[in-house]
Amino acid sequence: MNELIKLSATELAAKLRAGEATSVQAVQAHLDRIAEVDGALNAFLHVNAEEALAVAAEVDAIRAAGGAQAEALHPLAGVPIAIKDLIVTKGQPTTAASKMLEGWMSPYDATVIEKIRAAKLPMLGKTNLDEFAMGSSTEHSAYGVTRNPWNLNRIPGGSGGGSAAAVASFEAPLALGTDTGGSIRQPGAVTGTVGVKPTYGAVSRYGAIAMASSLDQIGPVSRTVLDSAYLQELIGGHDPKDSTSLPNPLEGLVAAAESGATGDIKGLRIGVIKELTGEGYQEGVQARFNESLELLKAAGAEIVEVSCPNFKYALGAYYLIMPSEVSSNLAKFDGVRYGHRVLPEESPMTIERVMGSTRAAGFGDEVKRRIILGTYALSAGYYDAYYGSAQKVRTLIQRDFEAAFEQADVLVSPTAPTVAFELGANDNDPLAMYLNDVATIPANLAGVPGITVPGGLSENLPVGIQFLAPAYEDARLYRAGAALETLLEKQWGHSLISQAPAIDTASIAQEA
Amino acid sequence: MSNYTDELVDFDTALDRYDPVLGFEVHVELNTKTKMFSDAPNAFGDAPNTNVTPVDLGLPGVLPVVNKTAVEYSILIGLALNCQIAQKCGFARKNYFYPDTPKNFQTSQYDDPIAFDGYLDIELEDGEVFRVEIERAHMEEDAGKLTHMGGAAGRIQGADYSLVDYNRAGVPLVEIVTKPITGAGKRAPELAKAYVAAVREIVKNLGVSDAKMERGNVRCDANVSLMPKGAEKFGTRTETKNVNSLRAVEHAVHFEIERHAAVLDSGAKIVQETRHWHEDTRSTTSGRPKSDADDYRYFPEPDLVPIVTTAEWVEELRGRLPEPPAERRKRLKAEWGYADKEFRDVVNAGVLDEIEQTIAAGASAAVARKWWMGEIARLAKAADKDIADLGVSAATIVELNSLIEAKKINDKIARQVLEFAIAGEGTPSEIVEKRSLAVVNDDDALGKAVDDAMAAMPDVVEKIKGGKMQAIGALMGPVMKATRGQADAGRVREIVMEKLGL
Repeated sequence: MNELIKLSATELAAKLRAGEATSVQAVQAHLDRIAEVDGALNAFLHVNAEEALAVAAEVDAIRAAGGAQAEALHPLAGVPIAIKDLIVTKGQPTTAASKMLEGWMSPYDATVIEKIRAAKLPMLGKTNLDEFAMGSSTEHSAYGVTRNPWNLNRIPGGSGGGSAAAVASFEAPLALGTDTGGSIRQPGAVTGTVGVKPTYGAVSRYGAIAMASSLDQIGPVSRTVLDSAYLQELIGGHDPKDSTSLPNPLEGLVAAAESGATGDIKGLRIGVIKELTGEGYQEGVQARFNESLELLKAAGAEIVEVSCPNFKYALGAYYLIMPSEVSSNLAKFDGVRYGHRVLPEESPMTIERVMGSTRAAGFGDEVKRRIILGTYALSAGYYDAYYGSAQKVRTLIQRDFEAAFEQADVLVSPTAPTVAFELGANDNDPLAMYLNDVATIPANLAGVPGITVPGGLSENLPVGIQFLAPAYEDARLYRAGAALETLLEKQWGHSLISQAPAIDTASIAQEA
Repeated sequence: MSNYTDELVDFDTALDRYDPVLGFEVHVELNTKTKMFSDAPNAFGDAPNTNVTPVDLGLPGVLPVVNKTAVEYSILIGLALNCQIAQKCGFARKNYFYPDTPKNFQTSQYDDPIAFDGYLDIELEDGEVFRVEIERAHMEEDAGKLTHMGGAAGRIQGADYSLVDYNRAGVPLVEIVTKPITGAGKRAPELAKAYVAAVREIVKNLGVSDAKMERGNVRCDANVSLMPKGAEKFGTRTETKNVNSLRAVEHAVHFEIERHAAVLDSGAKIVQETRHWHEDTRSTTSGRPKSDADDYRYFPEPDLVPIVTTAEWVEELRGRLPEPPAERRKRLKAEWGYADKEFRDVVNAGVLDEIEQTIAAGASAAVARKWWMGEIARLAKAADKDIADLGVSAATIVELNSLIEAKKINDKIARQVLEFAIAGEGTPSEIVEKRSLAVVNDDDALGKAVDDAMAAMPDVVEKIKGGKMQAIGALMGPVMKATRGQADAGRVREIVMEKLGL
């Protein structure tokens, strides 16, 4: 394994700045790694080698020339990044892992992509996901499952399993994800990586293909807390194209991560959410969680227990609000203007029938399930009972958070109730699949930020620890997250990800 | 094309037995520079699918952003309709699949319109005033334009294929909805026309819409129902869609009253449905059934934040309101001293602004009316143009008039000068100079022409001497001919009288 790919984004950036490596070398090393292991993992749907190398060469040339232009380079310039294929990019296909958009090329860039281009991060390609980000396992991609680098028979989480697996397997030091109910954090947890769902509105959603508009948020995926802080500062800020984006950028994220990394968290009040522990959480997950609490306590944090009694309704409310918005957001995929078009087998060839046969063929089962649920929930006569009640629950959950944040600066819970389950384990039980997001969903419903950091292993699989902070207080996540990361690594003597087993590409090649 | 078979009952007979209830939904396209939710140009008549951005095409990943000017225009309309303005309101999604709607939902307002609870006093021709209550005025976006190729009647049914132009998709609309209008009786069609005319006039006067019905800037859906005379419970209504001229609004209401009466008289029930209007036969045909339970699965638009209107903002906008058209008319009529019919003709000709400007430029009210309702109207008609589009300025009229008063030209020449001015030859004085059109009031030249004419027509001279003054007119022809039309008719008359010692 080339040493360059083992570095964190921040370490790699420092090496590039110091002239100890070139961006072309870094990008090539990651492309080589993708060539080596992605046949087994299937983290990437598209590899963007040519453009990535060109951007890297441009950065190298600027650095070599020196002067003001080199000085003005973004700290992450030249550090490669992978993009979840829910985010539209010019020059690369965007599929949302759906047959519906097979071969579709966006004529415009998402705002986060514009920022990444401006900062000159070479884009390695587009990563796999559950179709239209609907799922917790990346098994619902129209282009095949992504495998967990820790165990190829396990799921990498979802929907952003591709981004998490790419970062966990050293195919990329950074990636972008999107998080509607946990799609950044749960994959982060089960792959032993870091993932952040920023405050709703902190990062522009323009160009992220909408799943549930009031819940969706783009965020960073990385191997260290500091790397995510750098990436969020890069992609965040107000966007006039997104009415729901915050008026001012959230600042001090990198500084907060650096301060947390000293391990000093004296006086930080950490609230343990009573409702997100215990029953339903695997013993090993619970054990790692308790150990993390002990470490934080020993480092001077004040651990308090808080109760969020309405969290027990969060999953139910989520599975009404999210599908309702899905049913409307995905209506545009009808074969009329772009994407897949399937003509009905029999006449008459009416527009309704063309739309119908296109949607029947273009969408997978999970997407259809949610469209049908949402269409029903919004129907006249049911709206108040379903969508209306769910919105009330949402308000109650926000109040639970407000009350909890009066007692604590940050809240903490396991990120997911279990370690990565086996591929196919929940094929016939969507409800069991939905339960994976029980700890991550409340943050989306309330719009507050959340981070997952690696908390150790159970059954040789990673466990994630989640911190939650009040809206706009993303910096607190980076401080608490970096502190726990430092404390755990000091205890272990190494990072968790460095313990990941070698990827047995041969086993998958044989299967295929 | 229509294929209606409905029986009709004579209008007067129908309304002897039934009371009509009307309701209108008027869609007004705003003339903002850009669209409701994108920065694509809001322009009419450009090549198909050129005024579009990813937002207007509903591409994956796009988000809407509210056009603030469109919100201001909507508030202005609300204020002009005497509405309350919502302190906080939002958008909702109206979900339905149709290819003219790129997202397969329309972003509209649902239960919290920006303006509500207003009224408009409508004055009919004889001065009777009806108050029409406004339920709401809400913001929404227009759909694209479908053109169905092949098949009959340009409808989607039976078409071979359809073309779609998204230039119009996302154009800002304000939909103005009335409360049910009762008590109009036999004046219902007249009131319908007057109401839509008043709305059109208001939005034009506000400058928020081009207000051209033939371009679809103002579109009317007319709801009609009948109930037995004296009843309180409204009958079942039909909604005649896209009645897009004032005359058509009047005729559509007239027709539906006659049709409803026939259906009700036969003991059958009115089907609640939309109706298509056919200008050629002045009749409606059945569209699609419509029930109050049409399920558009409305829910709050999650991609937009609520619009908050502060009192300061609303008052600032109120301060921008121009004088309401009806009040302005009342004021101008009094100021100008026109008779009822004269003033009505001026209003109908649409030249209030022009006359006002001409008077402001120094002409008398009578002179301004004479020109705008006379020669200019005639030229416009001959050229098949709107009077306003002829490009005649108030200054031209004032100058023409002072040339006449100074006896430099006569009326006939003035009319020629006007035509040359319209053709762009310059100011009236320049034209008179360049074309040597100044009247001949040189007494020597005129005297000779008069002498020649009298010598040629002794019988006429005798008649004049006998006291038939109007016979002087017969001399005018030869005199004009001799002077190439440039004689001052008044002076000719004086010279004849002098020569005959009268």
